[in-house]
Amino acid sequence: MIERTPLLNLATYTVMILGAFMVFVPLWLVFVGSTLTVREINIPELHVWPGSHFFENVQAAWARGHLGGRLFNSLIMALGVATGKVVMSALTAFGLVYFRFPGRMLVFWMIFITLMLPLEVRIVPTYAVAANALWPFQSILDVTGLTDLIQRFSGIQVALEWNLLNSYTGLILPLIATATGTFLYRQFYLTVPDELLEAARMDGAGPFRFLVEFLMPLSRANMAALFTIMFLYAWNQYLWPLLATPDRAGFGTTAVVELKLLAPTVSTNGGGTPDWNVAMAGCLIVMLPPLLLVAFMQRYFVRGLIATEK
Amino acid sequence: MEKRATFSKTSIGVMFILPQVLLVFTFFYWPTGAAMYWAFTLERPWGGGNEWVGFDNFRQVFADRAYWGSIFRSLVFAAATATLSMGFGLLLAVACDRGLKGYQAFRTVFVWPYAVVAPAAALAFRFIFAPEAGIFAALVKQNPAFWNPAQNGYHAMAMIIICYSWKYAAYCFIFFLAALQAIPRSVIEASALDGAGMLRRVFDIQLPLITPTFFFMLVISITDSFQDSFGIVDVMTDGGPAKATELLVYKIYFDGFRGLDYSGAAAQSIVLMLIMMVLTFFQFRYIERRVHYS
Repeated sequence: MIERTPLLNLATYTVMILGAFMVFVPLWLVFVGSTLTVREINIPELHVWPGSHFFENVQAAWARGHLGGRLFNSLIMALGVATGKVVMSALTAFGLVYFRFPGRMLVFWMIFITLMLPLEVRIVPTYAVAANALWPFQSILDVTGLTDLIQRFSGIQVALEWNLLNSYTGLILPLIATATGTFLYRQFYLTVPDELLEAARMDGAGPFRFLVEFLMPLSRANMAALFTIMFLYAWNQYLWPLLATPDRAGFGTTAVVELKLLAPTVSTNGGGTPDWNVAMAGCLIVMLPPLLLVAFMQRYFVRGLIATEK
Repeated sequence: MEKRATFSKTSIGVMFILPQVLLVFTFFYWPTGAAMYWAFTLERPWGGGNEWVGFDNFRQVFADRAYWGSIFRSLVFAAATATLSMGFGLLLAVACDRGLKGYQAFRTVFVWPYAVVAPAAALAFRFIFAPEAGIFAALVKQNPAFWNPAQNGYHAMAMIIICYSWKYAAYCFIFFLAALQAIPRSVIEASALDGAGMLRRVFDIQLPLITPTFFFMLVISITDSFQDSFGIVDVMTDGGPAKATELLVYKIYFDGFRGLDYSGAAAQSIVLMLIMMVLTFFQFRYIERRVHYS
């Protein structure tokens, strides 16, 4: 770059090549594992070169893990979270930046605080809410005495119930209920010059029109970044789908949760050697969609990561 | 900063934020409130609602040696993964930032592990470290005590730390490289003209200039290691052997859903929430000083 430093360049390349090696070795071993037979894979030695049973193992993993349905569930969930997040954050940030109303700052802080506590930390009560999403509202009615009042006058017992377990809604909604994207949009809207709104208003554009025809096209890069990040985030979810889909025979679960069942542990089958070749084939299948997404969207992915965390 | 020009219809503005407010209320504030309620109450054994017990649940949690064990393990896990992933992330970022020929290809590769699903990475590393198949089996055959993560807690812990760091180093790399590339080239060129060599520039200019990012990553690494470790622990070790890899979130899950002790799990959640809030508070204070909207 600035000066000639052959020795340092050599050292730099060595570091980078070793780094790449550390990234590749586990991935390569997984691939090799997925091409062997059960007999071959359980021989205690390092397999460096792939065998010839890749497609059989993929088929076995596909059938054993019900991966068709599971991948479909994962896809719907990830698309739902990503789309929901993009739309919801755009709307909320728009309302917060372009309107003045009492309690605006309160709402701002209310949403801001959600950044502090991830889903994993409040998992037990969130599960209870998902089992009946109207529980909060029922409790409010009960405590304020409205339930009694309604019953006295109309004879109807108010018992709200909406079970979200084993549904896409239940998988998606709790993951959208955070502030991540809202701040990305808020930051962006604040950099849009005031003159743009003044000009739009002079031309007779209302709020909705301004959002859809001015701000959204301007924030296309932000949307792509947020979409990529949220898709990955949702696809990678483990604890929430594990809990929110107890009906494995009917609704099924996501591909990532299913993965564990391909290589059972002490808690699921009392130990014993898993069929590593099939497990590794399943592992590859589940790994692939996010890797492809990142390969194609790398620019947006990096940009989104850095923007949403700050 | 505020907008000068805004729309005047309050009701329409409220419509825009209403969906988010409802969602956040239902899936964030209500569960958090419920956790607090459960933490201070105990369900009566024969039904009939909850009984107020004050700080009893907390006292019980803190009197439990298993809980202190899981706090200690979580701290060890956080410290080890932060050191490993930030160390490797920074090293690779500095190497890439030199902009040598072909560094773009390396940059692409170094980002990959972050895109690998955590439980899939966990399964992969469980296979690689499995004492019954592959390279470790060969070593175990010579000396059975050499490696046995199913029996030896230290081995199991090492395994989850390596797996998590492998994935998380990519994340650190992305942030460190972005920070390094944000340093104005003119600063580096000026110091080169003054005769500072490459290594001197790294230690005296680049690293000091990215200390804010460094501290930011340190806090993020610790909080993330609390929440993102669950999938890896569950797939690799199930919290075992003999609870040797039972981290905080895993214990909450285990006590709440396997042990059905909602009050105990809620009290643990509250403690974890407090830890997270203190850490995040530091981080936000620092960010508020740095971000300028203009």
